Amino acid sequence: MRYIDEFCDPGLAKRLVESINRLSDKEIVLMEVCGTHTMAIFKHGIKKLLAPSIRLVSGPGCPVCVTAAQDIDVARWISRQKDVIFTTFGDMIRVPGGASSLERQKGQEGADIRVVYSILDALDIARNNPTKRVVFFGIGFETTAPSIASGIQLASKQGLDNFFVYSCHKLIPPAMKALLESGEVKIDGFICPGHVSTIIGAKPYEFIAEQYHIPCVITGFEPLDILQAILMLVKARESGQVGVEIQYTRAVKHEGNVVAQRILAEVFEPIDAVWRGIGVIPDSGLKIRQEYSRFDALLQFEMPEMSDKSDLSNLSDCICGLILRGIAIPTDCPLFKTVCNTENPVGACMVSLEGTCAAYYKYSP
Amino acid sequence: MCLGIPVKIMKISDSLAVVEIGGVKRQASLALVEDVRVGDYVILHAGFAIQKVDEDDARESLRLLEEIGICDI
Ligand code: SF4
Repeated sequence: MRYIDEFCDPGLAKRLVESINRLSDKEIVLMEVCGTHTMAIFKHGIKKLLAPSIRLVSGPGCPVCVTAAQDIDVARWISRQKDVIFTTFGDMIRVPGGASSLERQKGQEGADIRVVYSILDALDIARNNPTKRVVFFGIGFETTAPSIASGIQLASKQGLDNFFVYSCHKLIPPAMKALLESGEVKIDGFICPGHVSTIIGAKPYEFIAEQYHIPCVITGFEPLDILQAILMLVKARESGQVGVEIQYTRAVKHEGNVVAQRILAEVFEPIDAVWRGIGVIPDSGLKIRQEYSRFDALLQFEMPEMSDKSDLSNLSDCICGLILRGIAIPTDCPLFKTVCNTENPVGACMVSLEGTCAAYYKYSP
Repeated sequence: MCLGIPVKIMKISDSLAVVEIGGVKRQASLALVEDVRVGDYVILHAGFAIQKVDEDDARESLRLLEEIGICDI
């Protein structure tokens, strides 16, 4: 078994679609929280297969898209400091900050900015460049944060004293709570992120079922996974049995990945964080704990007061913020396809491979 | 960015594994997983194995999927 092709079987997909469509007479709005789901839904044309009564809306689940403009400005500032090598995941490099992006920075001011695939690559760079300060841009949700925590522990064990992390990690359940509390979008069910849940398990979503009476299904990324999750959500709505179910059982255990959770908690603690277009969400970010604070880039560099602490991403006509909150779709944006495209992205939702605007751009006619 | 893909473990030394992705070999850290062996599949994300893929659960899912289709029609 290769765990991909088996979950793409067109015959089974057709039967699932028929089952879903037969059951759905009332309108039902399902939010896929995760950007990888958004991409998969578009790639496989899932929206077109479903009855019009089933509406799929995209949520804030793309770590690149929700990184606040001021955090990018801080990253740009760090990258300009003396003897710094700034390392980042590839998607982050083109995301616009308040004034510029890392990519433009790289071109203009000779800053040494390098794209890495893993924090382990950044550690190698630090080892090979002992006279430089190597900073890693910590972006990602619960899926990614444990690997960053593990990298920091490795740096600590190996006594690397020229390695630092600028942590802008974000946590998914607090963002889901903020969406529900805002009351801006009606949601009848959540397609919960598969790989975030690989780490955190099912429990952190239970409050959604209990307090808001909204069913949650933790879902894998192949077409059959997504269709099965939609069927489970439609059935949960029909029966009124609202809970947290795991569709993606092959990679998600109820308790999650306990080893990763432990490492994450050893290195990081929750902190309030600013989400692009959404604002501050309590306890939705991760700060490096005291024990590992010598790896915290924020303490290593004497950062000047950034001119504006507010979220600068609302300056242009870009409506990423509304899209991330599920209350607008890319075609509502006046810049979509006219000025903004994947070659020349205006907002973060077009830059990231998993951004909703990029998905619409790539896959809609 | 949360992209994770199932990959097969080809070799293990300490907490590093060699995995295969579409015929290409790559290194992956095993720091976040326990009890994985050569031949197992893991979900690979940003250079780390984040979970072992459970073959029994995968088979059970496929069996249930077959059933959904048949029973409902
Ligand atoms: S189309 Fe471009 S400008 Fe409009 S919301 Fe999306 S990213 Fe922003």
